[in-house]
Amino acid sequence: MNSLFRLRLGATALTLTALLLGTAACGGTTRDNAGGSQASGAANPDAPIKEGLKIAFLPKQVNNPYFTTADNGGKEAVTEVKGEFKEVGPSEASASSQVSYINTLSQQGMDVIVTSANDPNAICGALNQAKAAGAKIVTFDSDTKPECRQVFVNQVTAQGIAENQVKLISEQIGGEGEIAILSATANATNQNAWIALMKEELKKPEYGKVKLVTVAYGNDDDQKSFQEMQGLLQAYPNLKGVISPTTVGVAAAARYLSGSQYKGKVKLTGLGTPNQMREYVKDGTVDAFALWNPADLGYLAAYAGAALASGQISGAEGDRFTAGRLGEFTVGKDGVVVLGPPTVFDKSNIDKFNF
Amino acid sequence: MSHDTLTPAPPVAGRQSGRLAGFGTALGSWDAAIVAGLVAAVLVASAAVPNFATGRNAQFLLLDLVPLALLALPMTLIIVTGEIDLSVASMVGLCSSLMGQLWLSSGLSLELICVLVVLLGALLGAVNGVFVTGFGLPSLAVTIGTLALYRGLSFVVLGDQAVADFPADWTAAVVRPIPGTSIPVMVVPVLLLALVFGVVLHATPAGRALYAMGNNSEAATFAGVSVARTKFWLFVASGAVCGLAGLFWTLRYASARGDNATGLELTVVTAVLLGGVSIFGGRGRLLGVVAGVLLLGVVRNALQLADVDANALTIVTGTLLIASVVLPNAVRDIRARLHRRRQHTRVTAP
Repeated sequence: MNSLFRLRLGATALTLTALLLGTAACGGTTRDNAGGSQASGAANPDAPIKEGLKIAFLPKQVNNPYFTTADNGGKEAVTEVKGEFKEVGPSEASASSQVSYINTLSQQGMDVIVTSANDPNAICGALNQAKAAGAKIVTFDSDTKPECRQVFVNQVTAQGIAENQVKLISEQIGGEGEIAILSATANATNQNAWIALMKEELKKPEYGKVKLVTVAYGNDDDQKSFQEMQGLLQAYPNLKGVISPTTVGVAAAARYLSGSQYKGKVKLTGLGTPNQMREYVKDGTVDAFALWNPADLGYLAAYAGAALASGQISGAEGDRFTAGRLGEFTVGKDGVVVLGPPTVFDKSNIDKFNF
Repeated sequence: MSHDTLTPAPPVAGRQSGRLAGFGTALGSWDAAIVAGLVAAVLVASAAVPNFATGRNAQFLLLDLVPLALLALPMTLIIVTGEIDLSVASMVGLCSSLMGQLWLSSGLSLELICVLVVLLGALLGAVNGVFVTGFGLPSLAVTIGTLALYRGLSFVVLGDQAVADFPADWTAAVVRPIPGTSIPVMVVPVLLLALVFGVVLHATPAGRALYAMGNNSEAATFAGVSVARTKFWLFVASGAVCGLAGLFWTLRYASARGDNATGLELTVVTAVLLGGVSIFGGRGRLLGVVAGVLLLGVVRNALQLADVDANALTIVTGTLLIASVVLPNAVRDIRARLHRRRQHTRVTAP
């Protein structure tokens, strides 16, 4: 027997072992459904917020300005309730690395874990273990499956976005004229839901003189959005305003407008980040645009966590709690708490935000 | 091609083991250093880091290490022969995607899907093997190519969706501890595989032939070792193990996704080099690699528990990698210089 032959035997044996192990590891069922159960206990709305709660923020990733802002909002709230704040997180936005952080946090005996999930399912096992170890789980920005957390703090509702965007553009064009929408991709679920609601909103009598002429798609690609904006202005000479409810689209559209003859004449609004839009607000291209304020999101999530850990709420529909400067909130269906209408950014406040 | 035309390997193996024995002291000391480092890290962490020395933490730590340990086994053998397989994490991702897609739409039983996924892994590895040995291309280039290719394919298979409705008893089974302990059940198959790889590498002529290839591929060829075929089968084994790791990853996180295990290949290479395997081939032992995997896991877990932030953690991992490459070489250099000086003084003394 020579070495090659043995090695080949060895390799075959390895592959076979691997196969056997694979089979053994998965010893077999076909596809079926497994249901989860919603945990909920009795809440006492009059319970005081406990002091010294250990509240940890686990964002999708660190080194991301959006989450840094949100976590700072959380820190503000935790300081207000006299708790211990901590922010940990992976440097890359992956679900598996979040799992090891959740395990670490439950080891450390955190009272509350506030997280934004990189995967709605992958971190569930770890969150359930943390729950079993006594931690309360709040998700914000990106939810897990409802049974894996007590409360999800949602930044905004689709209705809230639609109302806000239509109101902004109507104010900017003086309540009458043609408008267009510059969206992301034609099959983007959230965009289409928002656009459908904007169309409903435009049927209201106060928007009777505002006419939506078309919806264009920039595919959330900077260059394509830029060209689509250009195309809109050429195709519709009477266009008075454009709504671009996507951060990529609105920034590209603003860049086109600021260098064109339409600057200041055609209004642009949408959902954008202050850092992307700052120069266009300052040079007069854009009057106002909107997005939720991540700092408020983190702030509310921290208060929701403190209320859970203090027994004020259990995450059941109808539970109420007070979130410091943001006021009172009610837990909705499936443990969802909505932050509220988007924050509007304009010349007067844009420099207060860095994300 | 008949096996009879190949000259038997013993002469090479004999010479090789002689040379290896020479290196043995240096290697042995690195193994010992890593094991000592591991023990020291565990002791320091137990004393200094709250919540480290608990059964639950051991369970988390070992579970996190399962995919890394699996991938490090074939990687060790491949690097010993002077090659590398950088596509491992992408193969894990593609296997995970395929598992998800089959579960979602094929109606096959999960056990059959598992077998198919491991076979797919072996096939992906075979593709690497053909490019490296059939076309004689450098494995570094080939597997950087397939790293991108397989990752791309895994998004083709599953898009950006995640398949998550695997049966709860199976997802629970892979994270369960051995009854009465806090050691995850999955550690057992990993140890079994490690044993198989260890025996092949250290106790068979085939294993000695791997070192021969790593030291001098041409000489190994002349001495009758079929370098190409051997390497081909190593890449196949690597792929099959990636299939296994893909199954584990998918069930552990209960989520089949195209981006599963992204970037893991670099951690695998780090662990293997930290374990004392020379990136130039020809040197290294599996025991050192197992210790390297554990050391990496303990250090990361302890730093995480001590609230060291993710950026510092990345820096520590990078530093460990550099140290594991530089230190053994530096030690060998210094020894060689001391040895020469000693001989020099002996000669010139009278």
